[in-house]
Amino acid sequence: MNKEKLMQAVFFIAACASVLAVALICVFLFANGIPAMQEIGLFKFLAGTHWKPGNDIYGILPMILGSIYVTAGAIIVGVPIGILTSIFMAHYCPKKIYPFLKSATELLAGIPSVVYGFFGLMVLIPFTRQVFRASNGSILAASLLLGVMILPTIIGVTESAIRSVPASYYEGALALGATPERSIFRVILPAAKSGVLAGVVLGIGRAIGETMAVVMVAGNQARMPAGILKGIRTMTANIVLEMGYAADLHREALIATGVVLFVFILIINFSVSMLNNRSTGEGKASKPKRRGEK
Amino acid sequence: MSQSENKKNSNITMSSGKARNIEAAILKGLVFLATVVTFAVLLFLIAYILVNGIPNLTPGLFALTYNSENASMLPSIINTIIMTLLSLVIAVPFGIFSAIYLVEYAKRGNKFVKIIRLTTETLSGIPSIVYGLFGALFFVTALGWGYSILAGALTLAIMILPLVMRTTEEALKSVPDSYREGSFGLGAGKLRTVFRVVLPSAIPGILAGVILSVGRIVGETAALIYTAGAIPQVPSSIMGSGATLAVHMYNLSREGLYMDQAYAVAFVLLLLVLGMNALSSFVAKKLTKGQGQTNG
Repeated sequence: MNKEKLMQAVFFIAACASVLAVALICVFLFANGIPAMQEIGLFKFLAGTHWKPGNDIYGILPMILGSIYVTAGAIIVGVPIGILTSIFMAHYCPKKIYPFLKSATELLAGIPSVVYGFFGLMVLIPFTRQVFRASNGSILAASLLLGVMILPTIIGVTESAIRSVPASYYEGALALGATPERSIFRVILPAAKSGVLAGVVLGIGRAIGETMAVVMVAGNQARMPAGILKGIRTMTANIVLEMGYAADLHREALIATGVVLFVFILIINFSVSMLNNRSTGEGKASKPKRRGEK
Repeated sequence: MSQSENKKNSNITMSSGKARNIEAAILKGLVFLATVVTFAVLLFLIAYILVNGIPNLTPGLFALTYNSENASMLPSIINTIIMTLLSLVIAVPFGIFSAIYLVEYAKRGNKFVKIIRLTTETLSGIPSIVYGLFGALFFVTALGWGYSILAGALTLAIMILPLVMRTTEEALKSVPDSYREGSFGLGAGKLRTVFRVVLPSAIPGILAGVILSVGRIVGETAALIYTAGAIPQVPSSIMGSGATLAVHMYNLSREGLYMDQAYAVAFVLLLLVLGMNALSSFVAKKLTKGQGQTNG
């Protein structure tokens, strides 16, 4: 009986580890980042358009905008392709090739970001330079690369959202005389709306937090965005590029950049769990049967 | 698709036959096109790395020590193995134990369980650079360890914890309740039931999760640059600094002098990740087969 109690305590303590980890991460990031924000001035830090550590000028607006532009580009590239591919996976895909495509999307998720970055460096940058006359490293190149990188996230979540729409919806639409395509796009997709949206938001989270791949293709100039064919620096890139040699206020300003990024991520996480709650709520109401055999 | 006709689902059938067919064909075409694009990109990426990586695999790349002439990746491979083992040793027990707590012990609707779920969700959404920043602040600076394998491994352990927890939870949940009831019925205690009955039947699922975590560790860069450092040599102890393969690859491609070697490292990295993925889905398949047998 004693052993039982002891082990139950051990399991409980192990379960506390994740809570402790989140608490530690929050405490250390905020404790090291907020003083810098105060010293620089919150408004100057967030809305300053110049980042010149040599002159003690730390404005991260260019980096915030950089992250937002690159993420928006990734969404424009990745979301349509991702949703359409997930429709294929859920509806059109022959059973025989489904396992191959499924593991292919898993592979797409598993490829390390430095390999993506290297591929972007060697293929995408020359390509965008020649075809669009983009500079060496541009918003365009970063958006294309990130668009591919968020595909597995969007495909995975959207596919399961589509599959959880009751088969009767699809059959009902067909019975009313709609073509299969129309049934999918006008009935199933709207019914899977919150799941699809959760996938997109997760994709946003991945894109905004991506570091290595972006560093290698985005150009990294710390200035305000000057067009999609020009380079940009994201918040993540700012940290990776300068953390190695930064000291004092410069270092703290980089940590503060991390804090801003962290807050972005927390907001995104929060919206994902809201969306998930909503979609499970809908699910409960309509008691979905799983489509197909998954 | 014109927006004006799209008032509500009630008029899904309201367009003439010909227009309907054209619309259906276009939509279907788009779906197929997008699918082809997705998988063509993947194939192209893999083929590109294979074609450029294999010819650049030279014996010098696997020399015992790194120098600027051979740019050997063997020390980084050894570092990667040490890093992987160390992170797993830390994260896997915590992950499995907390999953056991959540599935087997915690009562339904427990407030604390909700907090744990929220925090694991938060952890799995945090980007690796933020983990790297935290590791640099906590392990490297606050604890005074400096750039070290241990600091890197602990940072990665926190990073993979949610993955291990989630896969273990799912594996435990998929063990039929009849197993537990049978074990209790035979007079076994809760602990014995968990360790002798539930865990063994959940092992394939747990293993698949662990292998996925190995893939993440092997490919991780941003969390390691400022925790484990970027020196491409095997340190004398885990308190020393050493670059893993992915960090090594970032350094090679950033310097611009070792592009041939970077191709070769990219190939090795891709091979490792491909292998891990294949292994994981093989193990997971074994799990579903095993379930099929017990259910049927």
